[in-house]
Amino acid sequence: MSGQGISQIIVYAIVLIALSYPLGLYMARVYAPGFRVRWLSGLEHGFYRLVRTDREREQDWKSYSKSVLVFSILFFGVLYALQRLQAHLFLNPDNLPAVPAHIALNTTASFVTNTNWQYYGGEYTMSYLTQMAGLAVQQFVSAGVGMAVLAAVIRGFSRRSSTELGNFWVDLYRSLTYILLPLSLILGLILLSQGVPQTFAGHATAHTLEGAAQTIARGPVALMIAIKQLGTNGGGFYNSNSAVPFENPNGLTNFLEVIAILLIPAAQVFMFGKMVLARRHAWMVFAAMFAVFVLGVAVALPAEQHSSQVLRASGVNITQGHGQSGGNMSDKEVRFGIANTALWATATTDASNGSVNGGHDALTAYGGAVPLVNIFFGEVIFGGVGSGLYGMFFYIVIAVFIAGLMVGRTPEYLGKKIEARQIKYAAIGALFVPTMVLTMTAVAVVTKSGLASIYNPGAHGFTEALYAYTSQSNNNGSAFAGYGATSFSASFGTVALMFGRFAPLIAALALGGSLAGKKTTPVSAGTFRTDGPTFVVLLVGVIILTAGLMIFPALTLGPLVEGLSH
Amino acid sequence: MLRDLKSSVIAVVVLTLVFGLAIPALFTGFAQLAFPSQADGSLIKVNGEVVGSRLAAQAFTKPQYFLERPSATAPPYNAGATTFANLGPTNPDLAKAVETRAAAILKLERPYNPGLTVHGIPVDAVTTSGSGIDPGISPAYAQLQARRVAAVRHLPLAKVQQLIDDNTDSRSLGFLGEPAVNVLKLNIALDKSQGK
Repeated sequence: MSGQGISQIIVYAIVLIALSYPLGLYMARVYAPGFRVRWLSGLEHGFYRLVRTDREREQDWKSYSKSVLVFSILFFGVLYALQRLQAHLFLNPDNLPAVPAHIALNTTASFVTNTNWQYYGGEYTMSYLTQMAGLAVQQFVSAGVGMAVLAAVIRGFSRRSSTELGNFWVDLYRSLTYILLPLSLILGLILLSQGVPQTFAGHATAHTLEGAAQTIARGPVALMIAIKQLGTNGGGFYNSNSAVPFENPNGLTNFLEVIAILLIPAAQVFMFGKMVLARRHAWMVFAAMFAVFVLGVAVALPAEQHSSQVLRASGVNITQGHGQSGGNMSDKEVRFGIANTALWATATTDASNGSVNGGHDALTAYGGAVPLVNIFFGEVIFGGVGSGLYGMFFYIVIAVFIAGLMVGRTPEYLGKKIEARQIKYAAIGALFVPTMVLTMTAVAVVTKSGLASIYNPGAHGFTEALYAYTSQSNNNGSAFAGYGATSFSASFGTVALMFGRFAPLIAALALGGSLAGKKTTPVSAGTFRTDGPTFVVLLVGVIILTAGLMIFPALTLGPLVEGLSH
Repeated sequence: MLRDLKSSVIAVVVLTLVFGLAIPALFTGFAQLAFPSQADGSLIKVNGEVVGSRLAAQAFTKPQYFLERPSATAPPYNAGATTFANLGPTNPDLAKAVETRAAAILKLERPYNPGLTVHGIPVDAVTTSGSGIDPGISPAYAQLQARRVAAVRHLPLAKVQQLIDDNTDSRSLGFLGEPAVNVLKLNIALDKSQGK
């Protein structure tokens, strides 16, 4: 580790806070009923007229969930059809054939659920039309859906004696046009200026200096990469994602892309603070997230710099300095080096982004355990756009409940009494996915069809399977990419993707809905304070105890065994 | 339910047309006007012919050229099908691959770097990159190759080192990322310096 690497990470943290705080305050305004941009309000009203919604008409949690589900399922059909029919459609200059059925199904589920798991290599599987009008549209829309749901859940906390949470179409439209689109255009332009392609021309052919022919894939990349990073999507245009120079040409683009991973999720914490009028509490939630984020970097960075067993034994020079960044350079890019790749691996799994700028399968045992555990926590350390914070609410409710038990009072959160029903929703939200992950991994490592996907031998192979189902169930999308696509793993993964997205989403809306109608009780001496450091410690403790203990046995079988072996 | 279905059908169509076609088309049009070279893939032309991209490694085998990092794509340096190698940190296949690559480098460079041992090989020279088309090598690996290239080309070492410096992408804004030597640009510059 060098001062240079650490200073890049410190600058990262400062810039992240400096950008996400004002963005969060702006976003709180966007979701307020009176928000209006005069020169754009004609468009906005036009959209509401088209989808036949009355923006004044709000929905309760069941109606809101129904709109989310119907809308998502419909998009599912469109995206699947696009992949299967791409050979007969336009914007396919390289004449790519239809995507095979099981890959198309997994990819559809993956993008509709904001996961972007890639069982395919984008540049040689998907036509420009599929990338642009299929996958990238989902990157906007699935992020917009997550953001809308979060806004609705937060209204559940802030409202009293009401059962309504908001209008889905209004929340969706505003997320898309006032937040995601402008940010994507700005980031897209910067990426473009640095060398990320944006063209409808087919692949280029170069005649190399030694006289060979080289195929160079390109396409409408820049805008897709922007929304891929900002919407915690992660599905790249190219197979190797943001490790590819055409997605991520230099240190500046890498910095901006890794900022973009956590920008909106971090902003949403501040947005929440403003919407429920509890800014100090929001800072405490931010502090808890930030603490776990730093912990992750603090493990991953030295582990990668220390390098892998194989490279240490090989005798080659892995010492940092004298013109190299050293460490574990397997499946990493020289222009990013160790510090930026470790930072990215941590951030992309704190959020539900899942984009990578280096191969996770080649990470060291402990360096790879960090992303795995991050995802297993449910990506609540900033987390996915929307899904991160609403996932965190489950842990917060449990933390408040435990604190209530300790002092023997009915627990309260933001002035609302937390009772049996809320605890049930929170428990479902927090435990459903981890249970599913462990069950699916178990099936995948004892069945023949499951084992066929494993690429590396030994404990690392087990970690590949564990990572695959952890990533898909939690809608992350990063992979130990050696884990291969078979019709079994693709279909099994599809189940993980869909349940992993919609079970917590509905639990969160139910939690918000059940709180919206509750009267606020005044703060008393017995109220557990959620705006101090005690709360931060308790919250981090609850995350580690609930999810951490669940994954620990599996962790010992994979990364720990591997880390202790030679 | 029917109401949701109607709204959803319309929303799906409208959003696909606007976010999937209209906006990307406008953005692409703007890109082609404002940043034509970047938008088309940062292609490099020599004597009017495309010889590669600033952002993609390509295969070099001749001793007068600087060599790229190893690549896991098929064939190597395939900029149309990027991939990681995906070999885990304890995988025996990784050990074998690293050993083979180190031996090849020793054989190639030792005549020009007497006393070179495996400890003198920088790690990026024996590991695959993330993309398989990493256009950069570490300055350390470039220095290791400089003596060979200078000798084979009958160029003064200082001249080769000057060209390395000229074709090193330093950290963005002075502190973001790591310095990397762009191999393709360096090799083109070498050819040019000798009038090819």
